[in-house]
Amino acid sequence: MRPFTYERATDARTAVGAVSRPGAKFISGGTNLLDLMKLDIERPGHLVDISRLPLRDIEELPDGGLRIGAQAANSDVAADARVRTRYPVLSQALLSGASGQLRNKASTGGNLLQRTRCPYFYDTAAGCNKRNPGSGCSAIGGFNRIHAILGVSDSCIATHPSDMAVAMTALEAEIELLGAEGSLRRVAITDFYRLPGDTPHIETVLRPREMITGVDLPPPPPGRQLYRKVRDRASYEFALVSVAAIVSTDQGTINQARVAFGGVAHKPWRSIEAEAALTGRPATMATYRAAAVEAMRDAVGQGHNNFKIELAKRTLCRTLAQLARES
Amino acid sequence: MSDSGTGATGSSLGEMAQLSAITLNVNDQARRLEVDPRTSLLDALREHLHLIGTKKGCDHGQCGACTVLINGRRVNSCLTLAVMHEGDDVVTIEGLGDPDGLHPMQRAFVERDGFQCGYCTPGQICSAVGMLAEVEAGWPSHATADVASPRVALTDEEIRERMSGNICRCAAYPNIVAAVRSVAGGDPG
Repeated sequence: MRPFTYERATDARTAVGAVSRPGAKFISGGTNLLDLMKLDIERPGHLVDISRLPLRDIEELPDGGLRIGAQAANSDVAADARVRTRYPVLSQALLSGASGQLRNKASTGGNLLQRTRCPYFYDTAAGCNKRNPGSGCSAIGGFNRIHAILGVSDSCIATHPSDMAVAMTALEAEIELLGAEGSLRRVAITDFYRLPGDTPHIETVLRPREMITGVDLPPPPPGRQLYRKVRDRASYEFALVSVAAIVSTDQGTINQARVAFGGVAHKPWRSIEAEAALTGRPATMATYRAAAVEAMRDAVGQGHNNFKIELAKRTLCRTLAQLARES
Repeated sequence: MSDSGTGATGSSLGEMAQLSAITLNVNDQARRLEVDPRTSLLDALREHLHLIGTKKGCDHGQCGACTVLINGRRVNSCLTLAVMHEGDDVVTIEGLGDPDGLHPMQRAFVERDGFQCGYCTPGQICSAVGMLAEVEAGWPSHATADVASPRVALTDEEIRERMSGNICRCAAYPNIVAAVRSVAGGDPG
């Protein structure tokens, strides 16, 4: 690992000031960053430790929503009684990711900013426009079984690995950011992530030196919530495809639906198309299939990952069927 | 008590890093040491404090061999920096018990034959102790049918899911589950 200097921030304003040093980065749980530093993929010259900032709390919002501090550990969010009862899709998503040890360390803000698990991003001998802009994409035409099927570009077909962010997308979460000048701004999670385009190394709209301070969940939408994750192992594995769904039905008719996919794109993929195809329709398998077709209308396989298109459709159908069965 | 060594100052890139003085409370003892900021908690425990019970497996947070308890919670010591744990309470396998006074989880692994080569065992045991505290606190898991339920029934499926961050290449999993189950009170043995 390359040498770096280290300092521990005592308050948020100081932290965004300290990270203005060239080559500086924030570190919180470190479970992704330190892994990438050991592999010489991340090369910060200075680390600003924000893990002890007073941003760990989960608090009620006046509108009936919930505010999750950026430093709240994944395990604390998953175990919070309010999250479990009012936002079970978020608890389920968190619990389906990583291991117990990693969830105890990984922070909410860090989970949002974790990097792709594309093996070519990890292989410093391979071309990767995300790791080394302009060096090409070895995944296109390479081994791309785990790669994206929606929103890809000629520069990058990597996926975003988070489960948590998929649930937060279905919940229409807002991310609060503290800027270098001390100003706060809020960004909807769907606007927070970028598609790869020709700048896949720029993954979010986060500005230089900005820090995530919290995530606000609006009051839970009506209906039942479910996160379903499909992967190569039963536990401790990234998603091939995942679905976060929130569906409200009235006498067998769907009156409101939220659908987000994980494992299919460079960002958590909200499917407005699937939602439109579900709303006002009977809660039947024929409706689910029609919605799945709409969700994957623009999907394109890269060869090894062609199966993901059908897998995503079936995972959506099965998730919706389970929600209907339990309602 | 303090570590006089200057381990890990010479990097492969030939640059010298400044040492940081930190104090960790390891197994109920305040341990003062000077570390390169790059030193993982795992390397601080093994190379500086010579607590070699904690094992280095993958060094990337994938195998769980390095699991210790920090402020009562199980974490991968390979994926965190020692300098980030100033003042924290760290419990390693040496702190759980010794041959003359085994921790119930250590005894259970012996009695249930929960290992073959033993390399993953300290991490398995620390992880299991942390995991049972999580169950005690009512934390759900991916194997929990209803995450909103305040109580957890610690089935074998729950144990396997909750211990999935600890890999055993000898595949002693059936006896590891049996050992954990016996400490959790899930069977009479």
